[in-house]
Amino acid sequence: MLQNQEWESFTGRLWKEECNVRDFIQNNYTPYDGDESFLAGPTDATNKLWDKLQALQKAERDNGGVLKEDADVVSSITAYGPGYIDPETKDLEQIVGLQTDEPLKRAFMPYGGIKMAEEALEMYGYKPNENFHKIFTDYHKTHNQAVFDAYTPEMMAARHTHIVTGLPDTYGRGRIVGDYRRIALYGIDQLIAWKQEDKANCGDGNMYDDVIRQREELTEQIRRLQEMKVMAQSYGYDISKPASNAKEAVQWLYFGYLAAIKTQNGAAMSVGRVSTFLDIYIERDIKAGKLTEAQAQELIDHFTMKLRMVKFARIKSYNELFSGDPVWATLEVGGIGMDGRSMVTKNDYRFLHTLEDMGPAPEPNLTVLYSSALPNNFKTYAAKISVRTSSIQYENDDVMKPIWGDDYSICCCVSATQTGKEMQFFGARANLAKCLLYAINGGKDEKFLDKKTGKPMQVGPDYAPITSEYLDYDEVLAKYKQMLDWLAGLYVNILNLIQYMHDKYYYESAEMALIDTDVRRTFATGIAGFSHVIDSLSAIKYAKVKVIRNAETGLAEDFEIEGEFPKYGNDDDRADNIGVWLLHEFLTDIKKRHTYRNSEPTTSILTITSNVVYGKFTGNLPDGRRAWTPFAPGANPSYGAETSGLLASLNSVAKIPYEWSLDGISNTQTMNPSALGHDEAERAEKLVSAMDGYFDQGAHHLNVNVFGKDKLLDAMENPDKPEYANFTIRVSGYAVKFISLTREQQLDVINRTFHDSL
Amino acid sequence: MPEKKQILGYIHSTESFGAVDGPGIRFVVFLQGCKMRCKYCHNPETWNLVTDYTKLYADTTDDKEREELEKKIEENTKLLLDKGVKVEARTPEDLLKQALRYKPYWKGDGGITVSGGEALLQMDFLIEFFKLAKAQGIHTTIDTAGNPFTREEPFFSKFNELMALTDLFLLDIKQIEDDKHRELTGFSNKNILDLAQYLSDQGKHMWIRHVLVPGITTDEADLKKTAEFIRTLKTVDRVEVLPYHKLGIQEWERLGIPYKLEGIDPPTDEQQKIAREILDAK
Repeated sequence: MLQNQEWESFTGRLWKEECNVRDFIQNNYTPYDGDESFLAGPTDATNKLWDKLQALQKAERDNGGVLKEDADVVSSITAYGPGYIDPETKDLEQIVGLQTDEPLKRAFMPYGGIKMAEEALEMYGYKPNENFHKIFTDYHKTHNQAVFDAYTPEMMAARHTHIVTGLPDTYGRGRIVGDYRRIALYGIDQLIAWKQEDKANCGDGNMYDDVIRQREELTEQIRRLQEMKVMAQSYGYDISKPASNAKEAVQWLYFGYLAAIKTQNGAAMSVGRVSTFLDIYIERDIKAGKLTEAQAQELIDHFTMKLRMVKFARIKSYNELFSGDPVWATLEVGGIGMDGRSMVTKNDYRFLHTLEDMGPAPEPNLTVLYSSALPNNFKTYAAKISVRTSSIQYENDDVMKPIWGDDYSICCCVSATQTGKEMQFFGARANLAKCLLYAINGGKDEKFLDKKTGKPMQVGPDYAPITSEYLDYDEVLAKYKQMLDWLAGLYVNILNLIQYMHDKYYYESAEMALIDTDVRRTFATGIAGFSHVIDSLSAIKYAKVKVIRNAETGLAEDFEIEGEFPKYGNDDDRADNIGVWLLHEFLTDIKKRHTYRNSEPTTSILTITSNVVYGKFTGNLPDGRRAWTPFAPGANPSYGAETSGLLASLNSVAKIPYEWSLDGISNTQTMNPSALGHDEAERAEKLVSAMDGYFDQGAHHLNVNVFGKDKLLDAMENPDKPEYANFTIRVSGYAVKFISLTREQQLDVINRTFHDSL
Repeated sequence: MPEKKQILGYIHSTESFGAVDGPGIRFVVFLQGCKMRCKYCHNPETWNLVTDYTKLYADTTDDKEREELEKKIEENTKLLLDKGVKVEARTPEDLLKQALRYKPYWKGDGGITVSGGEALLQMDFLIEFFKLAKAQGIHTTIDTAGNPFTREEPFFSKFNELMALTDLFLLDIKQIEDDKHRELTGFSNKNILDLAQYLSDQGKHMWIRHVLVPGITTDEADLKKTAEFIRTLKTVDRVEVLPYHKLGIQEWERLGIPYKLEGIDPPTDEQQKIAREILDAK
């Protein structure tokens, strides 16, 4: 059994025998069910630093969204010396460490794809470094090139028409959450020792593919751990040993996360479930009289400030998909342990309180792991912060815990992963609405023409199209099933290929160094256009849908609906059951395929802001949705389809079984404050009731926005008003500063359903 | 002998998420029909009365008669539909079934609120509806302007029966001064104040609601008099000031009814604050 003086007063045994952070937490945390009155406000240092950071953020905005980019250093854990918000006030920074040597300066990260890294430089007026260009094109391949070397023509066509979109073939795949807590608990040396032991026991001496690969990966992981020590040293810290107090615990943990974001530019770079863990150290110090509440809050505020500074150099097409510069530094609070004890600690309050101390912000992506059984005080406080800041999302611990246990993190916007035990092969979404048009049009695309023939591009298989004047439900369904099966197969294969190349050329050795060697891998697919397929099939089934065909091409280019039909979002089983069927059908089609590295296939109904882009490439649909307009985001009902109020809409979404969509089902709702209650206390109370009812029915996720349409319109027209500088809203799966969205995205948000009946 | 049919209610619409119509979260039923013509009404669509064949329909056991009444009810709702007013005739059972879908959201003190139009114009239906709701232990609330109230029969007995099934009343006091009340709504307020008195005497809990319209209901002397009256009541749990808003104007335009409060803006924060202080309100 390991013994360390830094562990004084910590209890438990198993976590000392093996690497087991969960066991440490369960043995040592102090549940808190009181209210928020213990919280302390920001310290002077916090105010000073936050003012500086706000000035930097304003300069970044004024500069077109990027403050500075580095063309001449290839980012790595040790590429830069220390950096501070402001070197002159560096002593004020309780938690230190930047991605580069200057605040908000974006690093050059070519391994995902040199072309994209250079494009991101040129977009903002920087000249790419010629040496790097030569190195990463002539001498060393990047992930992007490797993927394109192997793509088939069919894959290229599907990518071109956007029936599959958002593929991580040009940047990091992200979504891997290192267990950064391990550094604080065990220190780097012990982690290296364990990895060395794993390497010594890797295979039986026979060199099969998997053994060879694992040996190489473990060696890379050990290198990264050693580099983390060097990086920490440059800030004056020795992280080879466990953290001995609260400040070190936060700092050690953050160094681990910093190593990840210095080496990977994944779309999602989650922090993980760190709140309850850190509370143990803070409680110990407070009890020993070494730390005051104000100092504890300062640690969390400064840590959070760092998470608000994470930046990656991105290109235009990426920004269109994921608008507003998000990084998904997702961080969880709340949840209930397997033994039934609430895992809410004072620290969970402190993290939510950062939104009061430093105002609303999109990052970190604060996520409350919700259960109606959480302490009422905490639910009410979280709801209050939601009403004030619209910066929090809620996910149902009651449905996730049976699958992922009580130490899972959210690895992207909403997807769960067991901390330190799992990694994800994630990528993109299949456009199931466009697939319906393919079913009707015999695999031909409704937007793109074949360059050679000038006729509609044949992307899907050349099945017989539907030729009748009115759509017949059974015929459409039969053809749709065939086309879904084709799409699922193609999609899985594209992802297999991408994940293979990513492992080969852009392996996440820093994050994987903080994950068990015997890692469980999930294979996370996604669905776009969910609500539109449901309503389209419902229209075909319950009303009459006439096809308008293009005289020249013969393709169905529009639809006339005669009569009424039930729509998803009104708690009407006739429509909602189509959604349940659709999910099951697609998941079944996914599951029967071989998935890379024997990963476990899952799917999701979450689109982030890519609903706009998917819509842009999809023609008129049988539900009446106009061509090229945005889809509803995630699992949300379609715009204007919800006519029975918020709870009817929530009931519809709650019917979608989480068990079939383990990667997440995102739902974003906006409520007008005056419709939610007369004052803040009442609004919080009603919000809690609404969430209790929604999550008790087994729903997975809810983004809560509380503001009126007027505010959005005003913010769109007057983005320079000081009150909008940090005006944050929740979109599908993340939070974003409203003024940093493109106008197209802003209009999309404004057009979504507001629940404001009086 | 054929079974009796359930009585039907003329339902204008329902709202699954009522957060400001009683305690907790409420399933709100808007009944069709109101005689008052309040100048600030935000839902004039619910004014039209539907000729009430539903009681006859429920009472008769003669198939032929029933068929004819059914036809009349259908014609009636269609007539309104042609005017742009959507009304459905529904059974209490059907309505409750829909409401129960939202039971998970009613933990604590949520439940059903029946509003209007004027809820007290369809008491036969409401009695049956609330009987079913109370059998399930659901908290029931009636949101009324009190206009139909009288201690005369046959209204009074029915009201007493309904009152016994109702946990909470939301009662509008629109104007304390009778002449101003007539000007604002077209009706006297005497029976409305009498209803408040009666509920108080019977120990029935109520929330008093007062819509604040600048120049019409903001007079401080009136507000003080209202406050005085409220203080004489023993069972008022809460007083709410509801700021007038213009969201209803579009409805007036759509229905082609000239809007009477043109040019009046919602009350200022200061006006609201004064009213809330005087009325000791939320």
